[in-house]
Amino acid sequence: MAILVNKETRVVVQGITGGAGSFHAKQCRAYGTKIVAGVTPGRGGEMWEEDVPVFNTVKMAVLETGADCSLIFVPPPGAAEAILEAVDAGVKLVVCITEGIPTMDMIKVRRYLEGKPTRLIGPNCPGIITPGEAKIGIMPGHVHKPGPIGVMSRSGTLTYEAVGQLTALGIGQSTCVGLGGDPVGGMDFIDLLTEFNNDDKTEGVIMIGEIGGNAEERAAAWIKANMKKPVVAFIAGSTAPPGKRMGHAGAIIAGGKGTAKEKIAALEAAGVKVAPTPADMGDTLKAAWKK
Amino acid sequence: MKIHEYQGKQIFARYGVPIPKGYPAMTVSDAEAAAERLIKETGIPVVVVKAQIHAGGRGKGGGVKVAKGGAKDARALAEKILGMQLVTHQTGPGGQKVRRLYIEQGLEIERELYLGMVVDREKRRVAMMASTEGGVEIEKVAAETPEKILTVHIDPLLGLAGFQARQLAYGLDLQRHGKETVAGFVKLATTLATMFVKEDCSLCEINPLIVTKKGEVVALDAKINFDDNADFRHKEWPELRDADEEDPVELEAKAAGLSYVSLDGNIGCLVNGAGLAMSTMDIIKHCGGTPANFLDVGGSATEEAVTKAFKIILSSPKVKAIFVNIFGGIMKCDVIAAGVINASKQLGLKVPLVVRLEGTNVELGRKMLAESGLAIEGATTMKDGAQKVVAAASR
Repeated sequence: MAILVNKETRVVVQGITGGAGSFHAKQCRAYGTKIVAGVTPGRGGEMWEEDVPVFNTVKMAVLETGADCSLIFVPPPGAAEAILEAVDAGVKLVVCITEGIPTMDMIKVRRYLEGKPTRLIGPNCPGIITPGEAKIGIMPGHVHKPGPIGVMSRSGTLTYEAVGQLTALGIGQSTCVGLGGDPVGGMDFIDLLTEFNNDDKTEGVIMIGEIGGNAEERAAAWIKANMKKPVVAFIAGSTAPPGKRMGHAGAIIAGGKGTAKEKIAALEAAGVKVAPTPADMGDTLKAAWKK
Repeated sequence: MKIHEYQGKQIFARYGVPIPKGYPAMTVSDAEAAAERLIKETGIPVVVVKAQIHAGGRGKGGGVKVAKGGAKDARALAEKILGMQLVTHQTGPGGQKVRRLYIEQGLEIERELYLGMVVDREKRRVAMMASTEGGVEIEKVAAETPEKILTVHIDPLLGLAGFQARQLAYGLDLQRHGKETVAGFVKLATTLATMFVKEDCSLCEINPLIVTKKGEVVALDAKINFDDNADFRHKEWPELRDADEEDPVELEAKAAGLSYVSLDGNIGCLVNGAGLAMSTMDIIKHCGGTPANFLDVGGSATEEAVTKAFKIILSSPKVKAIFVNIFGGIMKCDVIAAGVINASKQLGLKVPLVVRLEGTNVELGRKMLAESGLAIEGATTMKDGAQKVVAAASR
């Protein structure tokens, strides 16, 4: 078990012939991920790395190869469109790495996803990894280790930091997911908590949030009402000034709302242990999990 | 990205959102000429002189004044406002220098309302909000009397539906001014919703939206923010940018593809990834220090970009120590090391430098730094690094 992806997951890479797409598709394949197809409009019929067929459309790729997951590296102007194409082709999971998609485009994507079975991870995220089985994204595979802890985060490198701490403590991970740093994206903390809650292999969860929006507050309420497993958290941005976009489009304190303080208070009120510093994420999890 | 009120009103005018007549002015004589022209064109002897800065709350801060004595009076007010350091609840205590004015016709106001649009992250829709409490801080209304804010969420495939606009109009009790006022509001709201999407706004506020004595609905203010992610399809945006309103170092960093935010402390930070960069600031604070900046070099920065980033930190006179914190996923540690060494050779490294490297090509990166001859203190973990840099800054 694990959530969303495993060694059977068949991946089509949209934008596979581009620099980033090609580089990371190779890294994913080297990790053991089944890369079964690529899509670049106009390049259909070519082979990528000698044995992976490239198609003009996602629909053809799915029909010909049975791909059930799409990994997207298409640049911002065409990225939302690429997500729509993958959803239309009926893949179960879409993972969009692209940073810089206009919010208005993502609002349309979310509307299009309503009532459809496809799940979306991202955009502006490192992707998803089930250690030892499949890496569908741009995270460094070697810092991960198979095990019982789920990790979910709005940040990329901060996730690697958390995973690195867990692995150093000898604690492996069931699945690690980057939700992305944009204001409007796909799966949120509650969607993933639901998956982790139902996953036999996951025994505890690390949640890494940041300033902006109220996803952490909503997750806190959900945890209090539903979560059967220990959850620990860290919220980045306690020292961030209001009104400034801190790198991520979604990481901004607007109108006095979305501060780290509010989020930490909501999580603690829900019984979630919050790590005092980013260096304590692993230890905080260990203490809560082994209790 | 933020723009000025007068620029926002030019966009309103293009779409057909009713605004008072007005002209921007960069000098006192421009202001006088604009006032004279307005009085002649409208037949109304009253004009308003408005400071143009990117922050809200200008009226309360003394940046908006009514001239009742004609163009000469407008000139006198312009002399007072232009060049003043305008302090509002959004500028911070230092305020912002007024470099541009907007001269607008005076209108007889019957009622002041509020109309705003934002992206509701929770609903994943654009929300339109209206309130009878116009002309005051909307944050205050939201906190104290949230029932006075009416909200509708816009289906991106339909746009603002007529019934939604009517819900707001009747909710604001516009029928008491007559049918034309309701119709005027519905048209304005629908137009604004179209504009919001086409112009890739992230925020649009009209505070106040007024009903005139004649029953017309007019946008007396215009606050527009754009979604930076959409800049590739808005070639007109660079012209709307006012560099005077932004931190020059932040602009320089942006041009190099870096995310940089100036802060008040004395420890410079160079980090890859937004979340890690924010939490590096947090851990510095936790260890008793204060960060001088937020700096995310991104996931795949080049040697040039890292060099530029490190130069920006080195050039800041307030920086007493530097912390480089890298967890390389895609980012290769040798690229970081090369950038740090280049910048230090060109500008000289006069403050203590603490480096924590982790990830791809970490051995190579560490070796390059060790052989560079630079006085670098290595750190094994993020906390170790933070403690070392805080100690170094206080020496």
